[in-house]
Amino acid sequence: MGEFFQLLVSGLATGSIYALAAVGFTLLWQASQTINFAQGEFVMLPAFFVLIGTQVLGLNLILGLLFALVVSLLLLGLVFKRLIIDPMLPHGVLPIVISTIALGILLRDSVKEFYSAEAQPFPAIFSERTLSVFGAVISLQDIAILITSLTTITVLQLFLTRTRTGRCMQATAQNRGVAEILGVNVNRMILYTFLINAGLALMASVLISPIYLAKFSNGESIGLIAFIAAIVGGFNQVRGALAGGLLIGVVDNMSAAYISAEYRTAFPLMLLIIIILVRPQGLFGTAEERSV
Amino acid sequence: MNRSNENVLSVCGISKSFGGIRAVDDVSFDVQRGEILGLIGPNGSGKSTLFDCVLGQLFPDSGEVFVNGNIVTRKRPCDLNKLGVGRTFQMLQVFSEMTVLENIILAGQEHRGTLVSRLFGQSDAGLTEQADEIIAFFRLTHLRDHRAGSLSYGQQKLLDTAMAFMAGPRLVMLDEPAGGVNLTMLESLKERLIAFNEERAATFVVIEHNMEFVMSLCTRILVLANGAIIAEGTPEEIRNDPVVIEAYLGE
Amino acid sequence: MRLITIIASLAVLALLVVLPFNLKNYGIYILSLWMVYSIAAMGLNLTLGYAGQVSLAQAAFLGIGAYTTALLMKAGYPFLFGFGLSAGICFCVGLILGYPALRVQHHFLAFVTLGFNALVWLVFRNEEWLTGGTYGLMGFPRPSFFGIDTTNQVAFYFFSLTIFVLLAVILWWIVRSPWGRAFQALRENPIRANSLGVDIRRMTLLAFAIGAAYGGMAGSLFAPLVEFIDPQSFQLNTSLMLLLMVIVGGSGRFLGPVIGALLVVLLPEWLRFTEGMYLIIYASLVMVLLAFCPSGLIGLYERSVAALRARPSGSRGSEKP
Repeated sequence: MGEFFQLLVSGLATGSIYALAAVGFTLLWQASQTINFAQGEFVMLPAFFVLIGTQVLGLNLILGLLFALVVSLLLLGLVFKRLIIDPMLPHGVLPIVISTIALGILLRDSVKEFYSAEAQPFPAIFSERTLSVFGAVISLQDIAILITSLTTITVLQLFLTRTRTGRCMQATAQNRGVAEILGVNVNRMILYTFLINAGLALMASVLISPIYLAKFSNGESIGLIAFIAAIVGGFNQVRGALAGGLLIGVVDNMSAAYISAEYRTAFPLMLLIIIILVRPQGLFGTAEERSV
Repeated sequence: MNRSNENVLSVCGISKSFGGIRAVDDVSFDVQRGEILGLIGPNGSGKSTLFDCVLGQLFPDSGEVFVNGNIVTRKRPCDLNKLGVGRTFQMLQVFSEMTVLENIILAGQEHRGTLVSRLFGQSDAGLTEQADEIIAFFRLTHLRDHRAGSLSYGQQKLLDTAMAFMAGPRLVMLDEPAGGVNLTMLESLKERLIAFNEERAATFVVIEHNMEFVMSLCTRILVLANGAIIAEGTPEEIRNDPVVIEAYLGE
Repeated sequence: MRLITIIASLAVLALLVVLPFNLKNYGIYILSLWMVYSIAAMGLNLTLGYAGQVSLAQAAFLGIGAYTTALLMKAGYPFLFGFGLSAGICFCVGLILGYPALRVQHHFLAFVTLGFNALVWLVFRNEEWLTGGTYGLMGFPRPSFFGIDTTNQVAFYFFSLTIFVLLAVILWWIVRSPWGRAFQALRENPIRANSLGVDIRRMTLLAFAIGAAYGGMAGSLFAPLVEFIDPQSFQLNTSLMLLLMVIVGGSGRFLGPVIGALLVVLLPEWLRFTEGMYLIIYASLVMVLLAFCPSGLIGLYERSVAALRARPSGSRGSEKP
């Protein structure tokens, strides 16, 4: 029982990090029909921005984080949209898929070539002490990660539903044409989405890197899991992506411990395939209108 | 006109709802061989939904459809097409990256041979001659090798209609064939349809908003409002029916 | 197919016959590899380019073909038996993989197939008793025909070339037959195609199955060419690479994937001098190409030909009488 509880909490913690990436992924899809195959690399990269800030530029951790935030917003938000997505949008989904795949390779190998191929230790943001609850060893870091991610997503959800800008962003995502007629600056709203995605990626990166270390190849598995989380939860829903992330985190942890460590990734994958076939709109999503 | 008592199409009590809204409400009608039946009604009266239910694009909630006396309810559109039922859609739907000729051949090839024989047979499934005939019939010969997407809207509409005739069809269901077609083209379209009807004894069901066009083309007209048939008769009768006038002009 | 494609194909074929006598062993190996990947990419081009069904699972079929052939050859069966069985197994698995496409399309389909590829990879990696796990499989001989042993790099090259040309001709036949037209109709407008009698369910499944069979046959050649197979060669990245070949070359164009494969196979060799930088340069090139010409290299070629033609005689657009 203690072990189960332990696995549940750590699963929820990593799951909540996946959820951050998945939410960003979902927002991008809604706003601009962009499937970002480089999302995993987007989560891998900001940790290195922090490391560049602290180790190369000699900043302290807080300034390093700020530095990473600025660079992330610029590169993964603004430049990504202007340079990669905007020119591709008129050509449909497939060229964007290929292009973001290429971008992922570019980012991965740039880190490997220009920073390091070795896994880098990353400063822990939260205490690494553990608590003993009902015979289960719970790491405070996991609890802190869970709280931070959930708060972030809640705030984001409130921003999207309660503020004027947020509602304009949602209007843009739901029906671009109508939003334009209503006088929403559609292009700016899409830019905000890209910036938010970059911010979420930074947050996920900072949370996950102390656990898994910062390594150029981290993005591969994170990206795949973020896709799965987004789809399982519902491709067009923020709370769906959150639920999907948590679910996948727990399923991943539990199946590795109780069923088969070798086939660990098989369970999320099978969940993905089953969900797509049985309920393509995801567990919490609403069916997308099909145009005939 | 070649009239017999045989019903090419019988629709019996078709109903279809979308989330509590009855789009088609217990509709029944027969279409006789060689007839040109018009289907009119205000926007949103369920004409296209009725078409989709009859043609297998949508499954009706209840009711049956018969083609030549055989039940075809819930058959797939491709199976219906093989029985000689052709159709067009309200929205223009040609294959814009293929040439006019290829569009027409595509429309006929699935009626030739089996899946396997089509793979091993000729590239055009032996249809070029017949396709050229249809193309000439719809006066598109000069555009034969142009990409369908490069044609004008009216020409594409003509091509779209022409495709429905490649199956050697007994029954063709046209959803707004005149929509967006200019006046000269319209005259030519009507003339082609009537010629087809007379020369090949093809039966038509036509949804149309252009009253002039429907009244001069059709022998019998059904009026649909709120998913149900409210009137039926010759063009002359329909023109003077107060129920129809009210349905169109509103309360 | 247009005359220029036929002439280009014949010219390339002549070049391919002459080329190995002017190359070192490694160059011949690279060319053979190009043909193997071309076969897989041609299959994907049928599924994706002609029939419009997104598949990110081509590497899985490459793998199934490679393992099937390697295992059978290790057990002493002749190569052609393994080749045929690989094609058959992949055809059937492809048929099954096609079923999701009847329910979901576009990005959903991309993810289902991607998931499938990842699952197959896990099986390759974990079922050591069968696949040798991460250690891979080796020690299967290269095939020999009529007393001609293909251990020699040139001999194997001509063997691959024969199969490559044969499979290309078969594919060409398929896309020019009414099937090809039905596939294209399925891509452009499945609902209209359905109303014209095209059995879209059957054509969707066939598009997957044929594409998968080509993947399997490519894998079957891959095993004796490389003489060592491990799960690494068939992971998701390889599927993405094959997709890249199709898109960069020109999806839905007959020669597109062949040209795409050439670029994807050769570029790393040309960029070898840049050492670790090559993937970076490579990825940048792909992004630039797609930004400027999303219809791939063939599209780029057609555009420049059109531009050249337009210049001397003014605008030669579609003149409507």
